[in-house]
Amino acid sequence: MAAVAEFDSVGLRYGTGAEVLRDLDFRLRTGAFYFLTGPSGAGKTSLLKLLYLAQRPTRGRISLFGEELTDATRDALPPFRRRIGVVFQDFRLIRHMSAFDNVALPLRVAGAADEDVEGPVREMLAWVGLADRASARPPTLSGGEQQRVAIARAVINRPELLVADEPTGNVDADMANRLMGLFTALNRLGTTVVVATHDIGLINATPGAQLIRLENGTVVDPTGSLKNPPRSAKNQS
Amino acid sequence: MLGWLFASPSDRRLLGAGPRRAPTAWVIAIMSFSIMLIAATGLALANTAGVLSRAIEARYALEVPAGAQNLDALLGAIRASPGVTSAEAVPESEMRQTLAKWLGPAAESNELPVPALINFDAGAGADLGAIQKRAQEISPGARISAHRDSVAPLLHSLTLLQWVAFGLVLLLSAAATAAVVLAARGALDTHRFTIDVMHGIGATDLQVTHLFQRKIAIDSFVGSIGGALAAAIVLLLLTTGASFAGELTGGATLGLGDLMILALLPLALTALATWVGRTAVLRALREDL
Repeated sequence: MAAVAEFDSVGLRYGTGAEVLRDLDFRLRTGAFYFLTGPSGAGKTSLLKLLYLAQRPTRGRISLFGEELTDATRDALPPFRRRIGVVFQDFRLIRHMSAFDNVALPLRVAGAADEDVEGPVREMLAWVGLADRASARPPTLSGGEQQRVAIARAVINRPELLVADEPTGNVDADMANRLMGLFTALNRLGTTVVVATHDIGLINATPGAQLIRLENGTVVDPTGSLKNPPRSAKNQS
Repeated sequence: MLGWLFASPSDRRLLGAGPRRAPTAWVIAIMSFSIMLIAATGLALANTAGVLSRAIEARYALEVPAGAQNLDALLGAIRASPGVTSAEAVPESEMRQTLAKWLGPAAESNELPVPALINFDAGAGADLGAIQKRAQEISPGARISAHRDSVAPLLHSLTLLQWVAFGLVLLLSAAATAAVVLAARGALDTHRFTIDVMHGIGATDLQVTHLFQRKIAIDSFVGSIGGALAAAIVLLLLTTGASFAGELTGGATLGLGDLMILALLPLALTALATWVGRTAVLRALREDL
């Protein structure tokens, strides 16, 4: 099966510090659903940053959508970023813009005319249950509502890859289940989903999902999708 | 090409509602005001130098230091010389009046030798050597000097002042653009979060730059035009009878060409500030990732 992302001996360090990610060697299959787990500080957020092209690896090679992007120029990255939806742990909504404008942003960045934005954004806000909060600004929304706006923004462009960093960390259990329902629905439509989470209950409640476990900056529990599983993983299986 | 100037309301909302007019506009207005006044002064000085230079280009003085008893014969000889278009003797009374400024009442003394002076204009066919030789036959010691030689230091100073004005215009333009660079960097810092979000969802550096470029262009335009209008009012007051008009412009007026240059200055300042702002934003964005 084709791979959405391929990591080949990837390492990452910030500045001159120690490597926060090392020897990452795996591929993410198109249309699969992955959970990324591991203790705090294991490097989950850093790995996601590499995945949504917010960070370049300090060594190794990364391919996305079949294109080698490790040495890609800065100007070559935006078209790839438009194919990725990201749900940030802290939502990253623009505070002075309405929920509508926040959700519409990816469409506008992609060059959609205003008249082509209205319908899809209203539909997306309705899909996440916020049809009546379209004109509200993020500071006036609850944590759960902000999270849903962030998700609507991440999926409005029908991304091929959806990356979510602790998407249920700020919501109650009911809302968490509802959000995961949104993700699985999107996954059924063909989007590859990668969710970083600590929540074992969430993982167990998502049948068919695969697990990638990070410890000390390296993958220790691949789920058969890795090209070269580390020795510890082989021993476990 | 200028599509970035016409951002949609949604694009404008991305940078939020800032103050009605950013400090950049005020800084540029002050710079534009100063640039206009200095440029007008420089152009007026250039005109003054031109008028003066043209007026004395063919003008000469025949001087007899010890005075001339036969001034009429000298005058007749000069007028009869080929190429001389006009000649006029400076009356002795006028010479004494001039000397009185330095010597006081002593200038009226008959014992004071007052030089004789004849101003004349000579065209292309005039032979100054021959004129001087003929004058010396009538009045030994007579010598010819060109007015442009005596006015040369003044013309040199005027040229120097024009360059100073030009340099000041460049310096002020540089200061205005420096203010734009600082403002652009400040705006980038202020909107860092929005920029990060935009980059994250696939906005190009150019898309982000256009948001700031438009704001910089508008601030620069408003500031430049505002400053230029204020300067125009001041120049109008100066040239319509304010007592210090002459001191500023040297009595020379500004021609249509000068007024066009002055009218283009705020637009040039706007274009420069916008280009510099755009470059500063693009460069700052490229420092990331």
